[in-house]
Amino acid sequence: MKHARVKVNDQTLNVTVNDNNQVVTASGEVLDAGSFTWLPPCEGKMFVLAINYADHAAELSFKAPDEPLVFLKNSNTLIGHEQNTYRPDNVDYMHYECELVVVIGKEAKNVSKEDAMSYVGGYTVGNDYAIRDYLENYYRPNLRVKSRDTCTPIGPYIVDADQIQDPHNLVLRTYINGELKQEGNTKDLVFDIPHLISYLSEIMTLTPGDMIFTGTPEGLADVKPGDVVTTEVEGVGVLTNTIISESEYLASLN
Amino acid sequence: MYTYRLEESGKVVTKTCDATFAIEMTEPLAPAVKGAVIGVALNHKDLVATLADQFEDKPYVTAPKTPVLHIKTDNTHIGHGQTIKVPTDKGAVYAGPALGIVIGKTATRVTEEQALDFVKGYTVVNEVSLAETSFYRPAVKAKCRDTFCPIGPWVVDKSLITNPNNLSIKTYVNDELVHTTGTDRLVHSVEKIISYISSFMTLEEGDLIIAGTPLRDASLEIKGGDIVMIDVEAVGRLANPVEQE
Repeated sequence: MKHARVKVNDQTLNVTVNDNNQVVTASGEVLDAGSFTWLPPCEGKMFVLAINYADHAAELSFKAPDEPLVFLKNSNTLIGHEQNTYRPDNVDYMHYECELVVVIGKEAKNVSKEDAMSYVGGYTVGNDYAIRDYLENYYRPNLRVKSRDTCTPIGPYIVDADQIQDPHNLVLRTYINGELKQEGNTKDLVFDIPHLISYLSEIMTLTPGDMIFTGTPEGLADVKPGDVVTTEVEGVGVLTNTIISESEYLASLN
Repeated sequence: MYTYRLEESGKVVTKTCDATFAIEMTEPLAPAVKGAVIGVALNHKDLVATLADQFEDKPYVTAPKTPVLHIKTDNTHIGHGQTIKVPTDKGAVYAGPALGIVIGKTATRVTEEQALDFVKGYTVVNEVSLAETSFYRPAVKAKCRDTFCPIGPWVVDKSLITNPNNLSIKTYVNDELVHTTGTDRLVHSVEKIISYISSFMTLEEGDLIIAGTPLRDASLEIKGGDIVMIDVEAVGRLANPVEQE
């Protein structure tokens, strides 16, 4: 099953997505494209892995870390499928990051690597935008780089865990305006999903809906207002997003 | 006006009253707010002064240009009277006495002048942490353990606080005064913090900002069997027992 949340006439609905990619309400009604807005499909804590692909570590001139390098985001940053992300004026470099997102399905504390996969509820696609101009060396990567309003598209939906045969062999791709810019495979994760769940659940209790953004492979590029950015994880989903300018964003607030 | 939250027949309910003596305190309360909790690190003048030399060296290279933020995840939030659980094998654990700023309405890109219009009131926070040996990487392991963020007992309406930037903060362990500081030691004022965060993160009603914690020296260490109490002038006294995991 594929689960999503959409907004129709200011109402939030939990819906499913069928094999023809149609959105179906709990009462079985198919919603017409354009009649609803995609919302983030989950709510919970948001963990993000930095430098969790060996090739991306090399791209950033970093050695892969000895233990997972985890940072947090706040829910203000999440937006759904087919929404807009704003690029601040006067910045030099803003890049996407296509990521497989693991969604926790049941409460997890002190879980072993062996048992970890049974705590996965499903998977979705995340795009972890970063604005490099704002990096500082305190709690790096800092929230101003990584937890900005509109800067974390997620979705379109959650695919149940049992629908994904091997989450450690999925191709990730990012396109800007249809042109392939980033490609990798989750088989290259430095710390795999069981390791991450076990690691985090040793520190704290994980609860259903918590999200683990597992990191991004190499292939970053700058994005500009007007760009349509598509992040795709094989078998999990295709997440589309448009970059707008700061002035367009400010106008949309009023 | 005071707002507090407690569990009644399995559900957390929010209540208000005009005086704190009206609040039933025989049972632990729930965290005084439910929302995102954002902390401001390195926002205490005495703490920053002790680190000034280090900030010129690697890995920092330069002193912070902007307020340094971190997140206290929801598993850390507990209420007045609930138990802080400390691990046995992670080294010392420290209290983090702080003023909590509670947001009253959605705030996106507000100026310092407008900032207090978006505040509902104030609460007391104990931002518990393992030793802070480095500020280079996000402090998830040190700060996001279950029960590491007592919040409460209540939210006091902002109308009852004349100046949030001049409140004394006292920490007691087992009824002994061990540490005194105050919000006059903040590097960035309450108004500045709200304005800065809202410049890129929309704050919602019920979100909480931890204004700043002092240097965690030995006086703030807490151990199993202790009762730790933080007193923020005119806001309240937040007390929690400490237990070994």
